[in-house]
Amino acid sequence: MVTIITIYGILAIALVFSLIKSREKTKKAFVVGGKALLKTAPSILSVLGIIGLTLGILSPQTIQKLIGAGTGFAGTLIAAAIGAVTLIPSLVAFPLAGSLLRAGANVATVSAFITTLVMVGIVTSPMEIKALGKKFTLLRNGLGFVFALLIAWIMGAVL
Amino acid sequence: MKNIVKQFAVPLVILLVFIGLAFLVPDIARNSAAIFWNYFKEMILIMPPVFVLMGLMEVWVPKNKIQEWLGSGSGLKGALIAFGLGTLPTGSLYVAFPIAASLIEKGASVSNIVLFLGSWAALKVPQLLVEIQFMGLAFAAWRFVLTLGALTITGLIMQRIISTKKKKA
Repeated sequence: MVTIITIYGILAIALVFSLIKSREKTKKAFVVGGKALLKTAPSILSVLGIIGLTLGILSPQTIQKLIGAGTGFAGTLIAAAIGAVTLIPSLVAFPLAGSLLRAGANVATVSAFITTLVMVGIVTSPMEIKALGKKFTLLRNGLGFVFALLIAWIMGAVL
Repeated sequence: MKNIVKQFAVPLVILLVFIGLAFLVPDIARNSAAIFWNYFKEMILIMPPVFVLMGLMEVWVPKNKIQEWLGSGSGLKGALIAFGLGTLPTGSLYVAFPIAASLIEKGASVSNIVLFLGSWAALKVPQLLVEIQFMGLAFAAWRFVLTLGALTITGLIMQRIISTKKKKA
């Protein structure tokens, strides 16, 4: 609840400044934001549906058995690989990751998924190669993957 | 019309699964629907302000401005600018690649470009707010700090490898 209030608070302050400076641009911001939201809506709905089905079908015990604390490094590695190849906006991924966490998934596994999701992009790599070269892309994504595992391991240890 | 169907193909398939479940195992379907509804309520509160914030940022901070700012800094100042600009709520990563490419041509350092792309993808402010909501403050804070550290090290490593090779060529 605190977070939601914070988000609306930040938005309110930003809107006041924007309105003072230009009503036209503020209007445009709503149009731009609305269009982006509509574009993301299908993936939001899909992920929420998948959360519902996953948690509805799998009991917390099953989830714990699959990606819980006991599964160790192999589970984390698989989660990292899934994060690297999937292309869902992280905005949409957080509810899914959070729901798995609350159902008993391993912190390291969930953070490996989130971190590779945002740091490694196999699907976007052709675009990255075109813009920045093969070497840059391979290094950035490769190191990103290694660091994601490291981050996951640290987060698993401290949280 | 065809486009709308195509866009909503995945949610439609999921809806069909829900309907199927409702007939076969109503208990699970009811459970799933309740969980879906809980998350839906949370998302519908959070998503609109986040997207309006992104809209505001896109309107007030146009892409050529980002290029201008990033091009002007070097050293620690450049790194701070790269990180700061990356966290602004603007667009997806595909938008950042061409910006990064033109910046390298203009002489921006490899490490700053890595920092820029990394914070663009991983450390955006609206995403962090959503992350805090669903993952908790501790998770988000740890991920933020560790990711920033990882990006800095990645940038320094890549700077070494890529710029030394360039000198030889």
